[in-house]
Amino acid sequence: MLEFIWLIVAFPFAGFIILILTGSRLSRRGISVVGTGSVGLAAIIAILTGINFIISPPPGDAYTQPLWTWLAVGGFSPLVSLYLDALSVVMVLVVAIVGFFILLYSAEHMAREAGMRRFFAYMDLFVGSMLVLVMADNLLLLYLGWEGVGLCSYLLIGFWYDDPANIKAANKAFIVTRIGDTAFAIGLLLLFVHLNTLSIQGIIKAAPWQWTEGSNIAFWAALLLLGGAVGKSAQLPLQTWLPDAMAGPTPVSALIHAATMVTAGVYLIARMHVIFQLAPLVQGFVAVIGAATLLLAAGSAIAQWDIKRVLAYSTISQIGYMFLALGVGAWSAAIFHFMTHAFFKALLFLGAGVVIAGLGGEHDIYKMGGLRREMPVTFWTFLIGAASLAALPLITAGFYSKDLILFAAWTSERGSSWLWAAGSIGAFLTGLYAFRLVFLVFFGKAVTPVNDRPGPAITIPLVTLAGLSLMSGFVQMPLVIAPVTVFSDFMSRSLPEMSMLHVSFKVDLFLFLAAALISPAGVFAAWWLYIDASRHVTDFTEKPAGALIHRLSFDGWGFDLLYDAVFVRPFVWAARVNRGDFVDLFYRGVAWFSSRLSLSLARTQSGMVRQYALGVAMGAVIALGLVLVL
Amino acid sequence: MNGIPMEHGLIVAAVLFALGVTGVLIRRDILFILLSLEIMLNAAGLAFVVAGSRWLQPDGQLMFIFILAVAAAEVSLGLALILWMYSWHKTLDVDCASKMRG
Repeated sequence: MLEFIWLIVAFPFAGFIILILTGSRLSRRGISVVGTGSVGLAAIIAILTGINFIISPPPGDAYTQPLWTWLAVGGFSPLVSLYLDALSVVMVLVVAIVGFFILLYSAEHMAREAGMRRFFAYMDLFVGSMLVLVMADNLLLLYLGWEGVGLCSYLLIGFWYDDPANIKAANKAFIVTRIGDTAFAIGLLLLFVHLNTLSIQGIIKAAPWQWTEGSNIAFWAALLLLGGAVGKSAQLPLQTWLPDAMAGPTPVSALIHAATMVTAGVYLIARMHVIFQLAPLVQGFVAVIGAATLLLAAGSAIAQWDIKRVLAYSTISQIGYMFLALGVGAWSAAIFHFMTHAFFKALLFLGAGVVIAGLGGEHDIYKMGGLRREMPVTFWTFLIGAASLAALPLITAGFYSKDLILFAAWTSERGSSWLWAAGSIGAFLTGLYAFRLVFLVFFGKAVTPVNDRPGPAITIPLVTLAGLSLMSGFVQMPLVIAPVTVFSDFMSRSLPEMSMLHVSFKVDLFLFLAAALISPAGVFAAWWLYIDASRHVTDFTEKPAGALIHRLSFDGWGFDLLYDAVFVRPFVWAARVNRGDFVDLFYRGVAWFSSRLSLSLARTQSGMVRQYALGVAMGAVIALGLVLVL
Repeated sequence: MNGIPMEHGLIVAAVLFALGVTGVLIRRDILFILLSLEIMLNAAGLAFVVAGSRWLQPDGQLMFIFILAVAAAEVSLGLALILWMYSWHKTLDVDCASKMRG
């Protein structure tokens, strides 16, 4: 069964090629069948191989499928080869299943778009590239998938390319992630130069032999890989592109900018965990970046009025949790949160898409309201998604994954109570902004009439993802409730377990109760601020200090302004000053000189035979004269 | 054959050659340019013959036969070109045939 894993990658690419080459002859229905069906087939094979992998694991808990030699230059011959272990099984399952449901949703959501074929082609290309990324056996192939998803992200953010603002957002996303990708590429070269291989398993085996813990070279390798991860996963300081990336269609935001691509950085760090273990300083950075990002992004999410921007900041914040988990060495907790986050955040985006479409393209949550009765299915599924995001205790998947991260932040050898405190404040803010969204959109008085209701192709993904947002958490439970550790047992086949400090049962219980109480507190705060006593918010933002904080928070704490002033404007200025390009002056001089020379020599081409004869005669005289004289 | 010293013969050849070159350069009528070319060829032939007689070798006269053959070929081609040029330009002035200048 495992030898069929190449089909998981091949089907989405086949869908892409069919849509690009023959899509103009397909009907709209045909386009959505090809686009969704190819990912659906990939998802079926992924589920079958996943079950097969879990029931009868291959020897060594990993399966490698070499396909062909990519290129062979000297001693460097990377293979195109797929690798399946516990980590990639989880990633492949989430990408394929969530991808399929989002494409099914798109079949209805995008049915009236003019560029529908383009949309499905790019989405198939994206799913294929993402699967290459998570199944790559070597870092070069991983980088191919990495760039492939970046390209699709760019193309789909700028999907409605007739609006210059969308193009600007697409360019911003592409350029900012490129900064991280460049660091990643340099990191690859560094690893290759020092370890002479790009095979992931080769690096994992060779690095602890060649480098000592805390050595300089491990530090730089880890830092450069972290640079790539930070760019792709929209973490501090490269987080500014993700809120603007919401310019794309909503299914794109759900699939690329929430569930899968932006978590590629988390996957990269988990995959290369050995390098980070050898560089404890950088691993500390990862935790600090995660903690800072989750707080700042949660703070910004509270102030947004655009429903998609709230969710975008929330994505940044949740990936911050994953980075926090990676930073304290809780590898499987990060992947657990990746999984639950993919389900509930995709669900929230899809629900937001239904609301936006239902209200005729309205993004402003203050112009929504009262949709609870108008859109019951959307309301209940969105509520489940928001509850999972807010991590309401016991019933939601988000609670189990976030609780695991907070638990790890305190008890890990590399953790600290500061990281735990940041995560807990973040959990409060998460409850606040998640339910602010629910209360403003679905409760209160109706402001805008609903003129479009979802059909089955939209409700099936919503209900399924809602189910997953509730159920997927039960595979891993805190010790206080029940000793269920299915997920971390499974992950321990490919990721090391976290080295934990010994904690007493009292601390255990305290951490559990804190996590269980803090998010309902956030939800209650949202209810108090936005339903019960909404004047407090307006009172606060009307005071000068409050207005300043609101302004800062709304603008994402001024990072855009800072980067604009420090990088963009000086660059644009330098480009304008150097429009003539002074380096070109020399080359232009050479060109001018040779064209003048050519013109003056052209004069001798008079067409007068006698002048030519004179030239020949003179030449002969001079040559003879030289022979005589010398 | 001993009566004429080699230097005299060579001077005659050089004078003939110079006359030929001058003719090529100053004449505008292509027929006369062709005539002047023949004179230059003959000057070269004369120099060969004089040199051959000086060293009592047959090679000089042999070379003259070659030059005659070349001259004959050149004249036949040249006359054909002149006829063609006349039918094209209605003149024999070479300065008019400067269409491909520049």
